[in-house]
Formats: sequence, structure tokens, C-alpha cells
Amino acid sequence: MTIDWLNFTPLTSLIGGVLIGVAASLLFMNSGRILGVTGILEGLLRSRVGDKAWRLSFVLGLFASGLIAQWSWPADWIHAPRIDASWSLLMLAGLLVGLGTRWGAGCTSGHGICGLSRFSLRSLIATLSFMATGFLTIFLIRHIF
Amino acid sequence: MQRVIEFFIGLIFGFGLLLSGMTDPGKVQSFLDLAGQWDPSLVFVMGGGVLIGILGFGLARGKKASFSGTPFH
Repeated sequence: MTIDWLNFTPLTSLIGGVLIGVAASLLFMNSGRILGVTGILEGLLRSRVGDKAWRLSFVLGLFASGLIAQWSWPADWIHAPRIDASWSLLMLAGLLVGLGTRWGAGCTSGHGICGLSRFSLRSLIATLSFMATGFLTIFLIRHIF
Repeated sequence: MQRVIEFFIGLIFGFGLLLSGMTDPGKVQSFLDLAGQWDPSLVFVMGGGVLIGILGFGLARGKKASFSGTPFH
């Protein structure tokens, strides 16, 4: 293992993480809801779920953050996403993320931030499981095949 | 009013994602690449998030309902 000092961003990542924690705490304290992005989206897409208003407000805020940052933040604050994969591969990956997060009842925000903050065993298992799968997948793709 | 608050919570969350680098799949992949050039930044994202989360969720634990009156889910 060698550490990638060039791209290592402890300070901005810590500040970003704190903001994520603040948002998760505020949503729970204010609305009694768990900030799990895939779960919030699922509720928006399901016809049977009635509480769409708060979900929509949250998602609009999420979209707005990208626009505001693009217009007003210095360029070096933003890690612009660079995606090399083809459309078909992205769609397959998106489908897997969707299936995995619904079967696992949560994603990185729901389990990894909120669940771990509440000392949930289920979330700890989910987080260890998707992290381990991520490590393994990257290892196989980059170093074996 | 609740809708405005939820909008701003989404905004804060999005700013956190952008600032921490989690909007870049390449940065997440660099964290997952233990055998290559490893970028440990994600540890700081999770660490900061969970640390504040323990405080926030801990504060909420003593209460019966959220500020908006809805029960905790």
C-alpha cells in the first residue's frame, strides 16, 4: 500500500463529513427522518408512499447545492466527477446500486452515517459488507483482471 | 416552513458531499484501492459524519418527538 498524498484531502473531507453529519442530525431532530438518500428517493418514486413533500424538498435542496457550488465556489473546492464508463455500464451499475440498497435497506448515508451514529448493529453489518465488496471489486478489476 | 427547512438540509448535505469529494466516483474508487495508490480521504468523511451524527442522534434520543411534531422513524 502506498498513500496517494497528492489527492489526499483530509481537511476538506473532514469539513464535508461534518456537514453531512449536521444534515443527518438536523433531518432527524427536525423531521424524525433518517437521511438515507436512496430511501428518500424510493419514497418519491413509489406511488403508495404518501409523504412525498419533504422528500421532494430535500432532493431539490440536494440538486440546488450542485448548481450553487458550480456558480459560486472556487474551482478547487469541488471535486468534479470524472466518469470514464460507458452509458450501458453506468446503467448496469446504477441498477445494482438500486437493488443492493433496497435489499440492504439502506446506502452509505442511511447505514454508513445515520445507522453507525445510532450504534445500529444492522447498519454496522451493512456498512462492513458494502465496504468489503467495494475493496474486493476494485482489487479484482484493477489488479487481477 | 417545514419544506424550506428540508430544502436547506438537502442543501447542506449536498455541500458536504461536494466539499468532501464524494461526488467524484474516482475519489471513492481511490479509497477502495488498497493495493494501489490509496487515498484515505473517505475515512475523514465517515469519521466527521459519524462523530457529528453521534452527537445529533444522541441529543434526539431524550426527546419524544421531533421539532415538527412527527414521531421518530
